Amino acid sequence: MTERPKNFGFSEDETMLRDSARKFFQDNCPVDKLHSLVAYDHDVNRSNDCNWDRDLWQQIVELGWTAVCIPEAAGGVGMPLVAAVALAEEAGKAAFPSPLLATFNATFVLNACKSDAATKALTEIAAGKATSLAVTNQQGSWEPADTDVSIDGGKLNGVSYYVQEARKADQFLVSATHADGVGLYLVDSNADGVEIVPDNIIDLTRDQAHIEFNNADAIELAAPGTGIDVINQALPAILCIVSADMVGAGEWLLQTTVEYAKTRVQFDHPLGFFQAVKHPLVNVMLDIDRAKSLTYNAACAVDTEPEAAEKFARMAKSQAGDMAVFSSSRAVQFHGGIGFTWECFVHLFFKRQMHNQVLYGDAKYQRAKLADMLIGDIA
Amino acid sequence: MSDADAKDSPEQAEFRAQCQDWLAKNHPGRPPVKLPQGALELYDPAALAWLQKWQKSAYDAGMLGCDYPTEVGGGGKTDCQAIANQEMQQARTPYLPNVIGMGMAAPTIFFHSQDDVKAELLPKLLSGEEIWCQGFSEPGAGSDLANQQTFAERDGDNWVINGHKVWTSLAHFATWMILLCRTSKDDKYNGLSYFVVPIKSAIGNGVTIKPLIKITGGTGFNEVLFENLVVEDRYRLDDVGAGWKVAMTTLAHERGAGPMVTPASGGMSLEEGETVSTSNAMSLVDLAQSQKRNNKTAADDPMIRDEIVKLVIRQEGMRQTMRRMTVPPLTDHPMRIPLQSKLNYTELFQDMAELAYHIEGAASSLNVTDENAPAGGQWPFAFMNSFGMTIAAGTNEVQRNILGERVLGLAKSK
Ligand SMILES: Cc1cc2nc3c(=O)[nH]c(=O)nc-3n(C[C@H](O)[C@H](O)[C@H](O)COP(=O)(O)OP(=O)(O)OC[C@H]3O[C@@H](n4cnc5c(N)ncnc54)[C@H](O)[C@@H]3O)c2cc1C
Repeated sequence: MTERPKNFGFSEDETMLRDSARKFFQDNCPVDKLHSLVAYDHDVNRSNDCNWDRDLWQQIVELGWTAVCIPEAAGGVGMPLVAAVALAEEAGKAAFPSPLLATFNATFVLNACKSDAATKALTEIAAGKATSLAVTNQQGSWEPADTDVSIDGGKLNGVSYYVQEARKADQFLVSATHADGVGLYLVDSNADGVEIVPDNIIDLTRDQAHIEFNNADAIELAAPGTGIDVINQALPAILCIVSADMVGAGEWLLQTTVEYAKTRVQFDHPLGFFQAVKHPLVNVMLDIDRAKSLTYNAACAVDTEPEAAEKFARMAKSQAGDMAVFSSSRAVQFHGGIGFTWECFVHLFFKRQMHNQVLYGDAKYQRAKLADMLIGDIA
Repeated sequence: MSDADAKDSPEQAEFRAQCQDWLAKNHPGRPPVKLPQGALELYDPAALAWLQKWQKSAYDAGMLGCDYPTEVGGGGKTDCQAIANQEMQQARTPYLPNVIGMGMAAPTIFFHSQDDVKAELLPKLLSGEEIWCQGFSEPGAGSDLANQQTFAERDGDNWVINGHKVWTSLAHFATWMILLCRTSKDDKYNGLSYFVVPIKSAIGNGVTIKPLIKITGGTGFNEVLFENLVVEDRYRLDDVGAGWKVAMTTLAHERGAGPMVTPASGGMSLEEGETVSTSNAMSLVDLAQSQKRNNKTAADDPMIRDEIVKLVIRQEGMRQTMRRMTVPPLTDHPMRIPLQSKLNYTELFQDMAELAYHIEGAASSLNVTDENAPAGGQWPFAFMNSFGMTIAAGTNEVQRNILGERVLGLAKSK
């Protein structure tokens, strides 16, 4: 058995990567700039806009960040998952609008495919193609068996729902049913028979759509009957990445609210003097730290102890999901009236957290899964 | 944290092997008498004597005080106490009785007293031959610890002490006490001084001890009255008026946030054949599987399942946070995690014990003395006792103030 490293696998390379990402986002995506990019007006009818900075994305691609977890053989950097987790945490702290998380998720699914077509797709990601998963049905089921898309004669038909960063992605990994079971397929976002229908979503830093397939040509990545396994293998990594985003966003919400509680004075005291404000902020910190530790632990398990990865990843996602809600709610509440406004930056993170916490199953869903693992199925 | 999490230095690796070897041959076995859940509840002299024998043998084997210099009775090693603790816990040895001595008195004496006093007191402290207690709290000085009224008056080379301490755990067995008291009424904080004072030898001669009965009905802590107790000046720690500073060393270690790692064991379950551990969330799974309602087990109730898993997650989160604490680049403020640990485990244990009430249903009404009580009645008992942990050692409310102020930088509450 590989040893479980005390530092969760964060060697010098991973911490340096994290520090440069932190600086990059601080320099290039400060929150006022973000607000004018994604929240320039409050017309509810514009909420299906897709506002992002393509140039910044290009810089990230050139820095090699999208390829950190792609094997060297496929043109990537070959770092462990904790590297992607470190980047996702920093991206979350900046509420950065980009297909970074989606592309990481796709990377882990492709890593699990172990087919030549998947290796080729990884090479394309390493070369800069943004990629996203199209694996969810109309009910928003997070079970990998549930898809409303079918494949026949190499053509995809049906609709994928809740596809993240759909308009930012160059290609999609689609799960589809076949007589022999679920398989996984690659389609180009511009291909004939692929129509991206944007959803009107609340999170201003994200983009989401359903995708209609009408006899779209697809390349097989994982044969019918193997798709569920492949997604399940990648699932722990996917849960870690979204948890890391929540941890980063949670820290922004905490620090921003703490700053406000230090400066805003009422009843002759800064707000933080009052324990009805101070103690819940400490509780937010406790929640963030648990979520962060569980996320690093789960990522480390993916890298060194795969048999325990699903359990630890579901723990991380559950804790991070609850923390995401709590950190958001306290941030809005403790900003008072200003926290209720569009003008206050808090809502960007509030909305991102609420979007995050539901992705790939909310906290209760994760705990139901864990209960089956730890307690056994219900009799 | 399992030992596989740590990467040992050569010294640690060698020491770990020694510990494992010794523990394999010298585990004290089952206690001949019933032990309470923790050392602070010790009241039966036979239980204490058995545990003191265990502490002495562990000390003689080099597993207690490993990181203290040899001149003061320590092992002269570097970062080895944590290794010994892991191995003792792994071997499920009994807990150590002299907890206040090792956890609070030892580091305070080590950092603040004169060398001859260290050499005099620390060996028998670490070996457990002399039990220590802590005389901080008073009727009017609880959370507001600096409001001390116990007074020490100088008399040549001696001090004469008068006052009243409360909630003093282990005073009934203690040879020594660490004492915070007032030497000047002019300044709240700078009027405090810190002493080590004899207890056992002064009973009837300046010291009176009266037991206080706890919420569980058991005894454990005491009130201690000082009437003209005479103490030599050499037992003063640090300067006159520096008591608050010295007390901070004690409190940092009490909260697990000081530089010295406290020797700790305590993996043994309470009684022969008993598997209940009210300090492990997974025990709630066993409990839920054994409790029936409407002809189904509590483990089949989705609400109960969700609550159990929540606590298992918190427990794992706490463990992983302790793991992260040891990796500076992965922590933010250096005190952020150390100051959280008391809140994390005391509230986890309290919430676990509370959930057990819901799992047990009507049967949670049964006392430890009732033969039909599920799991020997340990869970409701643990719930009552858990408030000792959320109140003692600085209440959790005060701990939240400290975190909010020192780590988040929020304005100081009163
Ligand atoms: C089992 C047990 C063992 C103990 N052993 C020892 C011992 O060996 N030696 C020793 O010296 N002491 C001991 N203590 C005493 C313990 O340290 C005190 O009980 C504790 O510091 C609280 O003081 P208090 O009881 O006076 O409560 P108070 O300070 O009166 O507090 C009452 C309530 O008010 C809250 N409160 C008080 N101030 C604030 C504030 N500023 N902000 C928010 N909330 C506040 C508290 O959190 C608490 O909930 C022990 C206590 C227990 C329960």
